[in-house]
This record gives sequence, C-alpha cells and structure tokens, in this order.
Amino acid sequence: MAERTPRTRGRDPLGLKRAMADRLLPGLVAAMALLAALALAGANAAATMASRWEGGAAAAMMVQLPRSIAVAPAASRLAALPGVAEAIPLDHDRLAALLRPWLGDASGLPLPGMIELRLTSLGPASLALPAAIEATIPGAQVEAHGVWVARLSALARSLQALAWLVLALVAGVAAAMVAVATRAGIAARRATILILHDMGATDGTIARRFAGRIAWLAGLGAVLGAAAAAPLLWLLGGLAAPLLGDTLTMPWAALAALPPAAAAIAWATAHAAVRLWLRSLP
Amino acid sequence: MVRLDNITLRYRPNATPALNGVDCHLAAGSFSWLMGPSGAGKSSFLKLLHLAVRPSAGQLHVMGRAIHTARRQELPGLRRRIGVVFQDFRLLPHLDVLENVALPLRIAGRGERQLLADATEMLRWVGLGERLKARPEELSGGEQQRVALARAVVARPALLLADEPTSNLDEAQSRRVVALLQQMHRLGSTVVVATHNQWLAEENPAAMLRLEAGRLVEHG
Repeated sequence: MAERTPRTRGRDPLGLKRAMADRLLPGLVAAMALLAALALAGANAAATMASRWEGGAAAAMMVQLPRSIAVAPAASRLAALPGVAEAIPLDHDRLAALLRPWLGDASGLPLPGMIELRLTSLGPASLALPAAIEATIPGAQVEAHGVWVARLSALARSLQALAWLVLALVAGVAAAMVAVATRAGIAARRATILILHDMGATDGTIARRFAGRIAWLAGLGAVLGAAAAAPLLWLLGGLAAPLLGDTLTMPWAALAALPPAAAAIAWATAHAAVRLWLRSLP
Repeated sequence: MVRLDNITLRYRPNATPALNGVDCHLAAGSFSWLMGPSGAGKSSFLKLLHLAVRPSAGQLHVMGRAIHTARRQELPGLRRRIGVVFQDFRLLPHLDVLENVALPLRIAGRGERQLLADATEMLRWVGLGERLKARPEELSGGEQQRVALARAVVARPALLLADEPTSNLDEAQSRRVVALLQQMHRLGSTVVVATHNQWLAEENPAAMLRLEAGRLVEHG
C-alpha cells in the first residue's frame, strides 16, 4: 500500500498572510472606495443636470410673430435655420391654457402667433439665432432664456469634471498606499525573498505572490467601502429626486465595479513595486 | 561544469577584492573541497557559483553559460539547477520542515502531489521522516543542517554547493552530512564543499581548492 503524503498549506511560501495580515490596508482602501463612490455619484448627478438643462429649457426659445405673419409657414422657415432642431407652433388652446392662471378664461382674446424652437445644442450658433430669426421674420420677438441656463449647464459640467478629478486623485492616493504597504511587506520578508531568489524564483513569480495578496486585501477593503456607500447614495438620490426627477440614475454598476477596479490598481501597483525592488538583485 | 578565468570580485568599487585573479575549472561530476582560513573568500567563491553575485572582472561560465555577460532573465533557470547548503541553513521559519524542503520544487512549478511526495522522500533520506510538520526552531542544529541539505538536493541539482555544512555539528553528524553529499556526487552532481575541517578532507580524499586572501593558491 502506498504511503500517504501529508497534506500541507504551502501555497504561501513568502508567508505573506502573516507579514501582511493587518487591517490597515483594507480599512484605508474602504475609505478610498467610499470617497470614489461619492465622486462617481457627484459626476453622475452633475452630468444628469447638465444634460437636462442643455436638452430641456436651455434648448428652447419662444418666438412671438407679428399679427401679419401666418404661423405654419413661419414655423417652416424657422425650422430651416441652423441650430434649430424643431419649430413647434403653439395652437390657440395651448396658449389659452398657459395664460389661464393669470388672465382667467382668455378664449375670447386675440392672441399672437407663438412658435417654440427646440435647438440642437447651446453652441455658438444659438447665440446668433435671435438675429437670424429677426432677419427671417422681421418684427418677430424672441425670448431666449438660454444664457443663464447655459451658465448653469457650464457649472454642472465643471462640477462633473471636478468629480472625475477627485476620482483620479482617490485612485492615485490608493495606489500610493498600496506601494507603501508593498514596501513594508518587502521589508518584512526581505530574507525570504532573497532565499527564493537564490533558489531560482523569477521576479514575476515573487511579484505575483505579493500582488495577489495586496489585490485581495484591497478588493476586500473596496467591497466594504462600496457596501458603506450604497445606502448613502440611495439617500442622496432621494434628496436629488425633486430637482432631477426620474432622469437621475444612480451609478450602481460603477459602484459594483469599484472592488475589481481597486483590486486591479492594487495588483498592478504592487507588481510594479516588487519588480522595481527585485531589479536591485543580481 | 564551472570555469573561472581571472575572476575578480569586489562588493564595492575600490574595495579590497574578495576574490582576486582566480582561475579554475571544475569538471562535471567532480567533488571538490574548498578550504582556507576565515576571510579567505570561500563564501564569495560559492556565491559566485550559485549566481548570488556577478564577477567584477573576468569570465565566469556555469553549466556552459557565460554568467559575466548573461542577461538577468537567464539566471533563474540556471539557479534552479544549483543546490546550496548555506552555513546558516536559511530555513524559512514560517514554513514547516516539509514545506521548506518542497520549496525548490514549488519554484520549479512541480505539481502539488508530486512535490510533496518527493520532499517527504528526501526528508526520510536524511533521517527526518518523522519530523515533517516540525518548525525549524523546534529542530536541533544538526537536524536543521540535514533539512537544509534535503532542500538543496530535492530538485536533483547538477551543481551542489555547501558552505561549511559541518560547522555546527559534532563528528558523527559531520560524517553523516558528508556521506550524504558524497551520495549526491555518486548520483551525478558536481559537488563543492567549503569547510574548515581538515580531518574531513583527509578522511574523504578529493580535489582541493585552497583560497588565501582572495587568491586561489591550490587547485588539484
């Protein structure tokens, strides 16, 4: 009968589970993941606001026609102007409905012809549009409230860019923390690394062991951070709902992607740090 | 197997060379004693041979490969064919005896079942078949030395180097370790043993390398 080979736990020859067992790294990565989740939510909300303003009120102009101009042909001419996506004549009933809160039943009043213009964007073409309308239909009056909306939209875009910058900063700080933790791990296992190196372990083998351990710890931390962020995002989404309505979607997919992203950043950083250190050996 | 041509080794630029103008050739399958007083350069000589350092000047060939010009990536493969018994054993304290011996096989990518069987067999060969799960600190100096020897030979190295393998052992234990080294030699390994023990070399006649102040003064 063949003798049994003893079972053993030898898949960690560097002893990294002991050398890098502390809770500091997962805790720090959890905090970073929480910040990243908030930055993601901020970027998402700012993008939603900007889109809503650009595509909604900002992209509309009201044109009041002189009494002598027929509405339908004027709408066709305005629709042909550059920067105009759609020209929608407002019929008498709708105008009356709009005026009802102020004038009561105005069905008997003579109302001017009104056309709502939907713009393709709030680009430079929209700034030249009032003059083009005036040239196309002399006497037409244009009400453009796009300027202040454009400023709000620019603000929202700036906030979005800022949120992405914060996210990049969080990723950079997380990578720096991982590099420090890896250095500490190398210092704790220097003698062991040298022995493995002398036995013929390649740089890749040693670096992968460190990277695997660090990635596990960082991934674990990011799971905790993302879990802590979820109720916060839900709460913030509820607060923003009256402002943004049903157009606001929470970044749940991005939140779910945080742990693998954190693990990937940690793996790559640790791998590079260990390889860099190993290059000092013959 | 090993060829040194006018080798000089300095650990820092402008420092006194640890080895100075060393020429020697070790044939495949040979057994050599490496002797000399403390500080003569024995450990440096062995470090060169197991590729822990590269020569500052001269040409070094190990197993047909020119080490002085080899790219760094080429060395791990060569190191896996070299077994080393270190003077201070260098057993990993966080691993048990079996895992320490299995380490070279694990590095070589051997399958889990096979490597544990081979490591177990090797520990039985050095008389430690009953101490597989012991930690290094639970073993005596002699037992640790035998574990270090088992680890050095478990991957059947082509070149086996031992740095003062009997320095912490009594006569009986020393003879046992040398017998194991000779057994590896009979199995085909090229063996170089650094020692202070003149009587061991006299009891077991073999080629002699004698270093003094970094120079090879006897080779034959």
